[in-house]
Amino acid sequence: MLIRALLTTISLGITFFSQTACAQQTYSVEQVTDGIYYHQGVHEDASVENFGAIANVGFIIGSDCVAVIDSGGSYKEGELLAKAVQSVTDKPVCYIINTHVHPDHTLGNAAFNGAHTIYIGHEKLSAAMAAREDFFKRSFSETLGDAYTGTEFIAPSQTVSIDQPVTIDLGNRELVLTAFTTSHTDHDLTVFDKQTQTLWTGDLLFIERTPALDGSINGWIAISEQLQQMPVNYIVPGHGPAGSTDLGQAGWQAQLLYLTSIRQQIRDIILDFGTIEEATASVGLAEKDKWLLFDEYHRRNVTAAFVELEWE
Amino acid sequence: MFTRITQFFALSLMLMLAIPVAQAATDKEPIWPSLKTAYFGDKSIRDNADDLLVIEAPKRAEDAAIVPISIKSLVPQSADKYIKNIHVIIDENPMPYSANFQLSPELGTVDISTRMRIDQYTYVRAIAEMNDGSLHMVSRFVKASGGCSAPAGKDAAAALARLGQMQIRMREATVGEPVQAQVIVSHPNYSGLQYDQQNRKYIPAHYVDDIDISYNNKTLIRVEAGISMSEDPSVRFTFTPDEHGKLKAVVKDSKQQQFSLEKDI
Repeated sequence: MLIRALLTTISLGITFFSQTACAQQTYSVEQVTDGIYYHQGVHEDASVENFGAIANVGFIIGSDCVAVIDSGGSYKEGELLAKAVQSVTDKPVCYIINTHVHPDHTLGNAAFNGAHTIYIGHEKLSAAMAAREDFFKRSFSETLGDAYTGTEFIAPSQTVSIDQPVTIDLGNRELVLTAFTTSHTDHDLTVFDKQTQTLWTGDLLFIERTPALDGSINGWIAISEQLQQMPVNYIVPGHGPAGSTDLGQAGWQAQLLYLTSIRQQIRDIILDFGTIEEATASVGLAEKDKWLLFDEYHRRNVTAAFVELEWE
Repeated sequence: MFTRITQFFALSLMLMLAIPVAQAATDKEPIWPSLKTAYFGDKSIRDNADDLLVIEAPKRAEDAAIVPISIKSLVPQSADKYIKNIHVIIDENPMPYSANFQLSPELGTVDISTRMRIDQYTYVRAIAEMNDGSLHMVSRFVKASGGCSAPAGKDAAAALARLGQMQIRMREATVGEPVQAQVIVSHPNYSGLQYDQQNRKYIPAHYVDDIDISYNNKTLIRVEAGISMSEDPSVRFTFTPDEHGKLKAVVKDSKQQQFSLEKDI
């Protein structure tokens, strides 16, 4: 809680008003620490009203240029984020880093499409994007309405391979990009700022909002345990508030408890020759009050984990 | 029968091509009457056959690529009166005719479940065809979207790596007593509708189209399946072993690959 208050006081409170047909929307970024800003997504599903701004997106400023980390849940959010960058610095954006393919993290990509922008992602991001493009187009043009207009699917021009972290330099500021084996998805990427020891986790860490499994429950547990051990000063999760070491530790702890307890209960059901329906009806109910949007995501997580654990 | 189901699937394809036009003209026109004519001609189907059959499906699918569906009969199979086929039809899927479960009278109880992809809000129907040829239908409405064209699986590499692996999962069986068993085969079940943008082509259809489950060489259930079946097809059923023997599952896919597994009871 302390760090939360601290963040708010040091926040520049950069706020934008944008006029749409029905409502005035505000868009603000908060400073996490020196040269690192983020917009905290709302804990909702994407809609016309929230223009897809449901995930954490932001940027890190070096002496030469800026790296944007995740571009937003719509072209419109991408534009608002681009304005937020310009209000803080006049340095150009040189990198767009996508932590993974999910629409709330990538649909703003086109808003940054300049001659010198380099798009970076996991080596499997292009394939993941290609496989989902058609589906995302259909469903999110409908879900987001006008905010979707302008959206393009821009695959990475530079990739990061598993077990081969890549360091990029923004000018006296090095970021280490690490690609993981199948976890939250099969193409998760983290960003580590050496100068402030800040870890930007993408959706490898959910705080407050129910974690959404689109990869491997076993992989996600293993990588959560690994990242929890990493010494960091600040952490920016994929969803929920950014903060210091303590907030990060509590976040990993809560996520691991969720994932390991549902894994254990599903394994028990599988060993007892139970069904997916039995699992979705009974597994993880003790976790219900700890997470937002639980009803929207939990049973899907159980279904996905069940069909994975069936092959152990 | 094989030609018949091939015809059904071919008809599905034709309908798939023809219907969008019809739908555009008459928005929300129920598709079922035309499907019924296509698959069953002018035969009459008794609707709401709740006294014979129960179908269970979630009202809202959690994961459109894995929607559990179960079908139970309230009347035991007997030599003179039994369900010969259960046709599963998912109205709004690209190929609505989704599976045909051919059932032996020796199955005893009909209690079958499987997992389907569901492409949009749709009715899911189970139509029991009795040994006397009469047809009886139950249906459920399911809210789901994107099951058939959504990307196959969450970890494509892992799914392909174990293609063809099989499991027969069941509790310890006792002769003369009903026991539940599950046959599951690892298979990406490519629908042919998943577009690979990277290579600018559709991933060719490659799916399990035939599962034969037998006990001591007598077929209990044979499933003829289409692309609605989820990745890693699963069939769960109840049967009563009349003596010790071998439960065997033989799975064939659309590329004529064959996989099999047996279990001693």
